[in-house]
Order: sequence, then C-alpha cells, then structure tokens
Amino acid sequence: MNIDWAALGQVFGVSLVVTVGMVGVFTLGIVGTSRKPRGQGDGTAAAGAGPGALARTGAYACFALCAAVVAYGIYLIVA
Amino acid sequence: MEHITLLIGIVIVTALVFDFTNGFHDTANAMATTISTGALSPRIAVAMSAALNLLGAFLSVEVAKTISGGIIDESAGIRPEVIFAGLVGAIVWNLLTWLAGLPSSSSHALFGGLIGATLVSVGTGGVNGDAVIMKVVIPAVAAPFVAGLASLLATRLTYRVARNRDERDTAKGYRAGQIASAALVSLAHGTNDAQKTMGVITLALVTGGAVAPHADPPLWVIVSAGLAIALGTYLGGWRIIRTMGKGITDIQPPQGFAAQTGAAAVILSSSHLGFALSTTQVCSGAVMGAGLGRKGGVVRWSTAGRMVIAWCLTLPAAALVSGGAAYLAERGDWGVTAVAVLALAACGAIWAASRRKPVDHTNVNATGEEATEPAGVITAALQSVAPPPAGPLAADAAGAPAASSAPVAPVVPGAPGASSAQPPHDLAPAAAATS
Repeated sequence: MNIDWAALGQVFGVSLVVTVGMVGVFTLGIVGTSRKPRGQGDGTAAAGAGPGALARTGAYACFALCAAVVAYGIYLIVA
Repeated sequence: MEHITLLIGIVIVTALVFDFTNGFHDTANAMATTISTGALSPRIAVAMSAALNLLGAFLSVEVAKTISGGIIDESAGIRPEVIFAGLVGAIVWNLLTWLAGLPSSSSHALFGGLIGATLVSVGTGGVNGDAVIMKVVIPAVAAPFVAGLASLLATRLTYRVARNRDERDTAKGYRAGQIASAALVSLAHGTNDAQKTMGVITLALVTGGAVAPHADPPLWVIVSAGLAIALGTYLGGWRIIRTMGKGITDIQPPQGFAAQTGAAAVILSSSHLGFALSTTQVCSGAVMGAGLGRKGGVVRWSTAGRMVIAWCLTLPAAALVSGGAAYLAERGDWGVTAVAVLALAACGAIWAASRRKPVDHTNVNATGEEATEPAGVITAALQSVAPPPAGPLAADAAGAPAASSAPVAPVVPGAPGASSAQPPHDLAPAAAATS
C-alpha cells in the first residue's frame, strides 16, 4: 500500500492558504465598508482611512477579488 | 439489447431512492450554518440548495463514468442483484443516521454497501483494498483536520481584523459571503453526488445490456437523478441540519462565513488536485474549527464524538446490511422480493420513529431541552446497529441482518416466510431509538 503523502500535503497547504486568504480578503472588505468606531485609532492598513473614499475603493477591490475566486470555483466545478 | 428487465427497473428505482436520501442527508453540509446564523431562512436555504444541486447534476458527467472509483472491480461479475443489495444497505444506513441526526457521508454508505454486496457475491477478489484505504479511509481521516485547521485560523483572523467593528455592521456582509460559499458547496455537491447515482444507474443498464459499456448516461438518467437529489435536498434533513448548525457549537455570522468558506475551499481544491475529501467530513470539521476559533466558543465534544463514531461505522454498517441483502437477493426472485419488502419495512419503521419527535423548518434552530434528545436516539440507534465485538451470537441478538438472515433464509421457502422472520430486526433499531 502506498499513501500519497505529497498529494495530501498539497491539499492541506492549498486549502489552508485559500481559506485563510479568502476569509482575510473578504474581512478587509467588510472592515473597509463598515463604520469606524469613534475615538479610537485603527491599526489595520486597509481601514486606516476610515470609511473614506480610499477605504471604500480598497474594500470594493477586495470584494471583486472574492467574486473572481468564486467564479474560478464555479469554473473548477464545471470543468 | 433495449430491453430493461424488471430487476433493472427495481435497481433504477432503488438508485433514485438512494439519490433522494443523499440529497436529504447532505442538505446540512451546505446549509446548516447558513440557517443557524440567519443568513437565509430555512425554507429559502433548502430551496436554493435544491436548485443548485439540480443545476450541478447537469454540469458534467465526468464522475459518473467511474462510480466506485476503482474500489470494486466492476467487471468482475457485478450483477444487478449486487448493485441492488448495495443500494439497500446505503439507504438503510442513511436513514438511520438521519434519524439520529448525525451527518455521515452518503458516499461512504454507498461504497460500504457496494463493498459488502460484492464481498458476499463475488468474494474478496472483487474489492480493491488499496483503493479503499486511499479513496475512503485517508480522505475521511484527513478531511476534518484540514478543514478544521483552515477554518480555525480563518475564524481567528476574521475576528482579529474586524475586532474594532460593530457586530451589527459586519453581520450583513458576513451573511452575504456565507451565502456565496454555501452556494458553491451545493453546486459541487450536485455535480459529484447526483453523478454517483447516474453512474450506478448506467452501470445497471450496462450489466443488463441496455446501454453500451463506457457510454455516457442517457438524458433521462441525468434528469431523474438530478430531480431526485434536488427533491431530497428541498425536503431537507432537518435533524442533521440542527446537529450541524446548533449541536456542535454555537455559530455566529463571522464563524459561519469562515466555516462555509473553508468548506468550499477545501472541497474544491482537494477535488481539483485529484485527492477528493469527503464533503460531510469537511463541513463538520470546518464547523468544529470555527467553534474553536472564536474566543469563548465551545465545541460540544460529546456530539462531535458521536458523529465521529458514526463516521467510523458508516462503511462497515452499510457493508453488513448490504452483505445480508446480497445473500438473500442471490437466492432468486423471491430473495429480491424479500429484500425489497424488508427495505421498505425498515424505511417505514425509521420514518414512523422520526414522527415521534419531528424536526422541520419550524424548529430547526431550536435548542434547550430538546438538545438532549438526539443523544438518546443516537446511542440507542448505534447500539442496535453496531456489530458488538462479542461475535456472531451477539451480532445475531443485535439483529445484524448478515448474521440473522443466513441461517433462516434457506430453510424457509418463499418470500413470505423469509420476510416474516425479519421484521423483528428491522423494527428493533426504530423501537430502541424512540424509547
């Protein structure tokens, strides 16, 4: 019997990176479009400007990236 | 060439019933957390999942060509009786785990059923042991860890990044994201699982000579398999949805999003890399990971433990039922009739038992005192189904059909005799389950 450790490791790595990446990017989008709490500095880069034009644009870019990944997911299912 | 015998007709109907239970069982994978976080109302959620499953069935027929993925040697004299027996075992196990509210893999039930039936009728030569390890055991063990770790880290990350934001502000965004992930899971499920049924039906048609070997499934097969899985999904296995959405851990919108996205990412990347992980295990693992990822989040390990026990039992239990069914079905027409009658009786008993404490879209998110109810059901159901380690005598007492039908069936001629000998077994799990 021959366990394909390489394939398993690959699945593990790719799944981890994709999941954390997607959730991270989407969360940045959410942070960018939501209101900033008052009287408190914000550490994260994407939300540093608050709900201003820059953050909003960045957030939409994040959402667009997520949509692209979903489209790729559909492509993977169909192909 | 184009004649379809009654037996093949029965196999087709049974395959569609299995497809139905498959959809029914696996609604939870895509929709449990979506429902429990309130991203979609229960009715809408199952309707969307059903539509996507139906759509998924039409997208590709790639999987349908190799239903068992080399686990059983399909050329080694697999006859319609064997397929029929395998399906019966898978259906019975699917319904039992549904009654217990446990998410268990429908594919494993199907594989287990086919393996058991093949072992009885063809012998060990018909089963490829290496493939069982590579395609069933390792993916099942790895899936919860891969998905669990991924969604644990994702949950941590999302709570950290959004820690300065008001929950009410972010919940809507998380829910939207979760719906998209759940839709992907549903679509992937439709393409994979509806195709397994298409593969089974096509295999039955091939063995009967109605379709040329290695042909694509005929259109009516694709349509009926898609409809069966969509109908099952729409009716919704509410018991399993409740276990996954509320039983394992309490899910907040960010967790639900992280869990569902993790599940979608793991399912798609693993199948794309040619190392498909079990959908059910992936989704359950992702929910557990999300539960661990939130500060103050609690995973109910007793529920998780019961679930893991069910996963371990799925393959052997389905194989045992199917082995018994195959033994009976091989006796001839009356044997097939007896198996059909017994299967119907078992399904009826399980359904009747489920009516004692119905779970539907109105109380799917209910918790509280009802949370203790699945515990009794599952322990009883598992005890009555699990082959005790004591040996054949104990297995007989527990009503394992492989053991009990063997000495009875050949002695009693004719279907009525054989079936009258059986109902105690079929009723036993149901009766025990409700007590």
